[in-house]
Amino acid sequence: MADTITDPTGAATATSNAVQLSGVTKRFGDVVAVDDLDLSITDGEFFSLLGPSGCGKTTTLRMIAGLELPTQGSVKIHGEEMGLRPPNKRPVNTVFQSYALFPHMDVRANVGFGLEMRKVDKAERDEQIAWAIDLVEMGGMGHRKPGQLSGGQQQRVALARALVNRPEVLLLDEPLGALDLKLRQQMQTELKNLQREVGITFVYVTHDQEEAVTMSDRIGVMHEGRLLQVDTPEAIYERPTTRFVADFIGRTNFLEATVAGRDEVVLANGDRLRLSSDHADGTAVAVTVRPERLTVHGRGQAPDDQHRIDGVLESAVYLGNAIIYTISIDWMRLEVRCPATLAGHRRSAGDDVTVSFEPEHASVVVG
Amino acid sequence: MTEVATPGLELQAERAESRRGFLLGLPAVVYLVVFFVIPLGIVIAYSFATRTRTGRTELRDWNLEAYERLGESVVRAVAFRSLWIAVASTLICLALAYPLAYFISTRKPATRNLLLVAVMIPFWSNFLIRTYAWRVLLDSDGLFTRVAAEVGFGDGRILFTNKAVILGLVYGYLPFMVLPLYAAIERIDWSLVEGARDLYASGWAAFRRVVWPLSKPGVIAGSILVFVPSFGAYVTPAILGGNKKGLVGSYIVDQFMDARNGPLGASLSVMVLAVMLIGTLVYFRQGGRNL
Ligand SMILES: Nc1ncnc2c1ncn2[C@@H]1O[C@H](COP(=O)(O)OP(=O)(O)O)[C@@H](O)[C@H]1O
Ligand SMILES: [Mg+2]
Repeated sequence: MADTITDPTGAATATSNAVQLSGVTKRFGDVVAVDDLDLSITDGEFFSLLGPSGCGKTTTLRMIAGLELPTQGSVKIHGEEMGLRPPNKRPVNTVFQSYALFPHMDVRANVGFGLEMRKVDKAERDEQIAWAIDLVEMGGMGHRKPGQLSGGQQQRVALARALVNRPEVLLLDEPLGALDLKLRQQMQTELKNLQREVGITFVYVTHDQEEAVTMSDRIGVMHEGRLLQVDTPEAIYERPTTRFVADFIGRTNFLEATVAGRDEVVLANGDRLRLSSDHADGTAVAVTVRPERLTVHGRGQAPDDQHRIDGVLESAVYLGNAIIYTISIDWMRLEVRCPATLAGHRRSAGDDVTVSFEPEHASVVVG
Repeated sequence: MTEVATPGLELQAERAESRRGFLLGLPAVVYLVVFFVIPLGIVIAYSFATRTRTGRTELRDWNLEAYERLGESVVRAVAFRSLWIAVASTLICLALAYPLAYFISTRKPATRNLLLVAVMIPFWSNFLIRTYAWRVLLDSDGLFTRVAAEVGFGDGRILFTNKAVILGLVYGYLPFMVLPLYAAIERIDWSLVEGARDLYASGWAAFRRVVWPLSKPGVIAGSILVFVPSFGAYVTPAILGGNKKGLVGSYIVDQFMDARNGPLGASLSVMVLAVMLIGTLVYFRQGGRNL
């Protein structure tokens, strides 16, 4: 099966799926770790599996690697059914959450392990090891043992050890999780650049939404073993389809609503909003709008083409680059984020205001 | 007003701490000195002492005669026999214990504890009694002998041979091999094996390149715990080996009791201690490098 995606020049290119999961379920006794997962990951893509701890990300990755076998369903890599194939016979490599570097081998031996197992000859192996160590900027550390390296350096070695094999797919399980914030941000950029450079498909597991949004071509959001939404970071952020996804990725407001026909929802106060959704009439949904997509105006001064809700300003918190207003409307509170350039005419608590937003900045979510 | 530096206080605290440590350690130190250091000193002194013609040991005219006698062929033969029996027992224990320890450490925690208790059950009864039990089993109409003959091992009679001694030693010291091996294997981070498998290692290659090297401290510890007592074993050879062919343990006893040659018994004891000490040092060197 081949997808069609559009490359930057606008021409349609046929690409194959690096990884395809169909109906994959994994049970551990009574626990359903992964629940009927369907997922296609495109060749050369940086794909992230994002979700809170315990949602089944690691288990999904392990099933691709062959470290775990699905209870049900099929795993294909480049169209080839993996079935019962052991991990050493799959064209993928993993960067483990704990790195899993061999403590009794030095950096070079760690990096060269995969090549050695595949019986690559010594000269070729040395060349590849040098390339990989260089790639992760660990030159000169080849003879250190993992115990003599910092967390960030271990992480690089783990990466080199996997990349040196030029796998068709690289699986990364929260590889930056153990690093401090600054190093993590630096490594995010480096990883992304590295992925472009080597052109290998990355399947990246993280619970950090910011990390997923900055690095990924596409994100799959998981929750309780289910894949809720697969989309580009922008689409995940701007057009979430479930309450969980909207809430997990950044801050948001939920306005309870009911579906009234294909193109309309009714808010709790009876306001009608032109928003399309696939849900049946009468379905309880929520309209979600990001705080920065809301604008605050003096009462009655909002433009007509936007959706408007009257309220009273409850509090304003100055954040330096932004101001967070909490606005109380009839049945709930809204959070609004304004750029702090407006600090000159800051509103104060008790002001009567109107909050407005463009209909296209709102999404209908369920769950 | 500035704070006055008080290095004296810190020093005082450190001294108090070290005094407390000394007091806590005192009973054990006294015990070791009285029952270990002093006897050891006596043995070493004896080994350089003079044997009178009547067979008394006199602490004068210090000499190396007893050490020179270690080179005699009789003594050498005894030492080498002990050595190969100890080596064979150690290797057999290792071959039996490794798969067992591996099996135990890969079970669920509850099962693991149960199996470990099972490994230690022999300790609940006396070593001497258990060794005598083997004598019954190995008797010409003993269970072991009959089963062995039935299965086709000649006439199955091994009592009073080196085979019986090795059997007894392996039986007696197997738990000392299993426990450190278990401790070492259990501690291995399983994700390392997964890492190896992910890097194209077959199950066997992952074992050889990851599990085995990382379990080496356990292999070495277990080997020393089996080798050391096997090398100097006295009870097992005395009960299962008969007295025809001496081993170091019984030979030393002979020197002190029958032959009335205290210095030779003592020098042989020092030699055995030296072998054990070297083994232990090798262990710590290896351990230090691997951990
Ligand atoms: N080997 C296992 N045995 C039993 N339960 C497991 C095992 N591995 C994972 N689980 C369970 O499956 C669920 C998903 O785990 P995991 O895939 O590790 O989540 P994540 O990586 O998203 O944090 C969790 O509830 C976890 O407890
Ligand atoms: Mg995980």
